[in-house]
Amino acid sequence: MTLDEILSSLFPKGHDIDPRSDHLILGTGKRANGGTVEVVGIADGEALGIEGVLPLARRVLDIVASGGKAPILVIVDTQGQLMSRRDEMLGLNEYLAHLAKCLLLASRSGHPTVGLNYGKAAAGAFLATALATDVLVALPDAEPAVMDLPSMARVTKLPEDKLKDLSQTTPVFAPGLAFMSAVGAVAQVWDPAKPLADQLEATLVAVPAGDKRDLLGAERGGRPIAAQIARRVAHQASGDDYV
Amino acid sequence: MTDPRHPSADTASWFLSTARERLAGLLDPGSFTEFLPPTERVQSPHLALFDLPAAFDDGMVVGRGRLGKRAVLVAAQEGQFMGGTFAEVSGAKLVGLLRAARDDAKLPRIVLLLLDSGGVRLQEGNAGELAVAEVMRAIVEARGYGVTVIALVGGRAGAFGGAGLTAATCSRIAISEQGRTGVSGPEVIETNKGVEEFDSQDKALVWSVTGGRNRRLLGGADAYAGDTVAGFRDAVLALIDRAPPFDLATLRAEQRRLADRIERLGACNSAVEMWVALGIAEPQNIRNLDDTAFAEIVKGLRGAAYDAR
Repeated sequence: MTLDEILSSLFPKGHDIDPRSDHLILGTGKRANGGTVEVVGIADGEALGIEGVLPLARRVLDIVASGGKAPILVIVDTQGQLMSRRDEMLGLNEYLAHLAKCLLLASRSGHPTVGLNYGKAAAGAFLATALATDVLVALPDAEPAVMDLPSMARVTKLPEDKLKDLSQTTPVFAPGLAFMSAVGAVAQVWDPAKPLADQLEATLVAVPAGDKRDLLGAERGGRPIAAQIARRVAHQASGDDYV
Repeated sequence: MTDPRHPSADTASWFLSTARERLAGLLDPGSFTEFLPPTERVQSPHLALFDLPAAFDDGMVVGRGRLGKRAVLVAAQEGQFMGGTFAEVSGAKLVGLLRAARDDAKLPRIVLLLLDSGGVRLQEGNAGELAVAEVMRAIVEARGYGVTVIALVGGRAGAFGGAGLTAATCSRIAISEQGRTGVSGPEVIETNKGVEEFDSQDKALVWSVTGGRNRRLLGGADAYAGDTVAGFRDAVLALIDRAPPFDLATLRAEQRRLADRIERLGACNSAVEMWVALGIAEPQNIRNLDDTAFAEIVKGLRGAAYDAR
């Protein structure tokens, strides 16, 4: 689905999101119940650098400051963080973490946050946006990844064919939506043939109260022991006080 | 702050030490208790697929201890095992520690993260990426309950990728000259964008872009530590009581801080140009200063004290 198709299907009652030369997504959509959904994001596979972060973070902080409980939808198609000596020199890690913190603050302040991955999503830009939400959903053609397989082959010094074979045995490392779902990162895959507005409303009804992604990964078998390890550490830290 | 019982540990290089040596030297003698210690043999279930050896701590040591008699929770990454990377087990150990701090008010209200990590372990990339997301969320939640989380950056692997984002999610960051932090490392940028974008073999360039002195001058770290166990202990003790709360006012101040940085320095082409713009008299000399002289320069800078995060 294109971004236009997605927005039309999400907001049949209308929205004010226009294409921007910086490929950021900023605006508000109307819900069937008369309420609104605040929308931020990044489109067209654009890489996220320090200049891209600031308008998105400012918008999220303004939403928090204005009060209310409007949900925030974070729509993402990004190839990853901008790979640039200049942005690194200026502290790109602080900018990306700032955006994630703003989204996490919004969620703590009563704004349910939903990530929607429709194209690419990778590495640091993924952490700063869609992975910093209460619940992450995707469309079937989404391609979330930590790193593409050829680059991964280079870094791990393993042949790409061997990595392809291994990805058949475990979802733990290879790029792709099925694998990201199996580890618990992507909670649901929406059906593009049905109205996205209805699927958004259904997702909003069931936004988890805390971070349950490790439990989801255990249930789906993609991350078999993370949830149990985190609990064991907490239990040893707190003794019998930890429930 | 020299501890007479630990003279050699105090002067040991942080950069060259292992995670366990750093903890042993940093914490009050005999005060460390480890959670899920190596005797429990909690190791990666995935590395064998790649014919790689596992470690009984998966390169992440978590526990509690005392620092200058104050109770602290600690996590230390072992940069010499798989580059200190975030993976299913190593990530979950840190998540568990942070969630315990969040949920149990009787636990120490200070968490020290001794980061030494190239980021996500690619052999467990999906689990590692998600672990970083969970760590960032758990840090924010713990901070929301009044826990101070301090990142210590000075290990061989630095704090890159997910570790760079993790550091910047903390309440405070202490860094040494040898400490390096960022998102994409120089080699990754060179591989993807070419040597003209970033020459990873140019050590002086790499140092000026990612190194601890540049980070401290710009306000990307809140304390500068000498490269010793004692240096990091002093830096942490200086930060421990002045952590910002996690709220709207702090993040608005961070927004202003980061916008201001682009406005003042965004047009600069090199670190030296940035240091000139910051008003440093002899920017070429930053590299040659000793730690004391460098600390003096930091004192006079607005950006370095402009530290909402």
